[in-house]
Amino acid sequence: MAWQWFHRLGSPRWFYEKTQAWLPWLTVVTLTLLIVGTVWGLAFAPVDAKQGNSYRIIYIHVPAAFLALAGYYIMAISGAVGLIWKMKLPYMVMKSAAPIGAALTFISLVTGSIWGKPTWGTWWEWDARITSMLILFFLYLGIMALQQAFHSRDTGDKAGAILALVGTVNIPIIYKSVDWWYTLHQPASIKFVGESTIHASMLYPLLAMVIAFYCFYALVLLLYTRAEILRRESRTQWVSDLVAQQVSSDNKDIPVKGGSTI
Amino acid sequence: MTEATLQTGTFAVFWATLRRDLLLAVRHRAEMVNPLVFFLIAITLIPLGVSPESKTLAAIAPGLIWVMALLATLLSLDGLFRSDFEDGSLEQMLIGPQPLYFTVLAKVMVHWLVTGLPLTLMSPLLGVMLALPSGGYGPLCITLLLGTASMSLIGAVGAALTVALRKGGLLLSLIVMPLYVPVLIFGASAVHNAVLGSVINSQLAVLGAFLALAVVLAPLAAAGALRVSSDG
Repeated sequence: MAWQWFHRLGSPRWFYEKTQAWLPWLTVVTLTLLIVGTVWGLAFAPVDAKQGNSYRIIYIHVPAAFLALAGYYIMAISGAVGLIWKMKLPYMVMKSAAPIGAALTFISLVTGSIWGKPTWGTWWEWDARITSMLILFFLYLGIMALQQAFHSRDTGDKAGAILALVGTVNIPIIYKSVDWWYTLHQPASIKFVGESTIHASMLYPLLAMVIAFYCFYALVLLLYTRAEILRRESRTQWVSDLVAQQVSSDNKDIPVKGGSTI
Repeated sequence: MTEATLQTGTFAVFWATLRRDLLLAVRHRAEMVNPLVFFLIAITLIPLGVSPESKTLAAIAPGLIWVMALLATLLSLDGLFRSDFEDGSLEQMLIGPQPLYFTVLAKVMVHWLVTGLPLTLMSPLLGVMLALPSGGYGPLCITLLLGTASMSLIGAVGAALTVALRKGGLLLSLIVMPLYVPVLIFGASAVHNAVLGSVINSQLAVLGAFLALAVVLAPLAAAGALRVSSDG
């Protein structure tokens, strides 16, 4: 009984209908956290002693970098679930997670280089963290390219999942190897064990932004996956019913001005 | 198929595949030589494009030789499973009762024997061309010996994933190159450090560890990828 939700999760239709109810809540929470975190971080957090106001980009840079990495593992795990249990839904999640992860990696690279200019005096540096993020970006691009290269969607999904899994072995190795190679980046300031080197007044807005980005990621992933479900299930009865329902309710609303379509 | 052939041992199949692929490679000598010629030409371009001064060349030689060896390996990967896929012998390997792991391992070993090993043997010559300081030759050969083997193994996963695609070559490079980064970093830095006179045992140990990890995991992933590719 308790595991029923897990089995149902494998059904794209059940997932689509269930997540419908989550969307408004998730949107409200994400927007609130994003606004609170942004205003808190940009307007109320104190000015950094060494870096002045330029450090404030941390409130976008760090959460984006977190999610870029976490997103890779979400993609690889859903790929593994798809391969092992031969379910359809995880592949749809994986397919959706790849471009989102690539976009977040790109954002963290761009914000990092914008931050690097005033603090290190250079846009780009072959530093360990930056280089490993760049290679992560290449891994994302490779998986996306491989998924799209096959005529058969099934084969593309499975091939992408295998490549994502091979990449998970490689990510820690890349991370460590470039770390031993050459480094300039500041060490991690936020520690879960022991004392953080960042002051609480700066840390709390950052944590708010990290949670906001996690919610944002969940929201975007849901939206992408729902679109992917509709695309892949477009020949099934329930999707055509859904479309018919939507069309008829749209038509009904035309004469009634201001009527809600929901 | 009789009962006797069905029960052919795993190692017998391993040796048979090894022998067959080596024989095929020897009969197609021109294909075997191509990566080596690429290696030679690409290295020749460097003094022409960068600077012919031996001081500049000596400074960049370890990294350059490593990068070129990587590219030459990439170039030869596409053929790893391609001809077997096209003439249908790959399917016979897939449906055979012996574990695919050892078949893939044998094919990768042949790939290394006909590309990685000759590249390694040729590298001292290129070291001379690029004025590599004398301390670098031994480490260059040892790191390339370990590194090219890892690169053949990792590359096999990419080759298996793209074997069913008609124009898989470019995509293959795209997905395999990021996976080569650690091998490149440790290989090139070992040669660099050796030239500067420091001990490189730790880098060699790491390269050996990569190779061990790749021997265990890469043929598994490649076998899985071959099953996926041949489905579609």
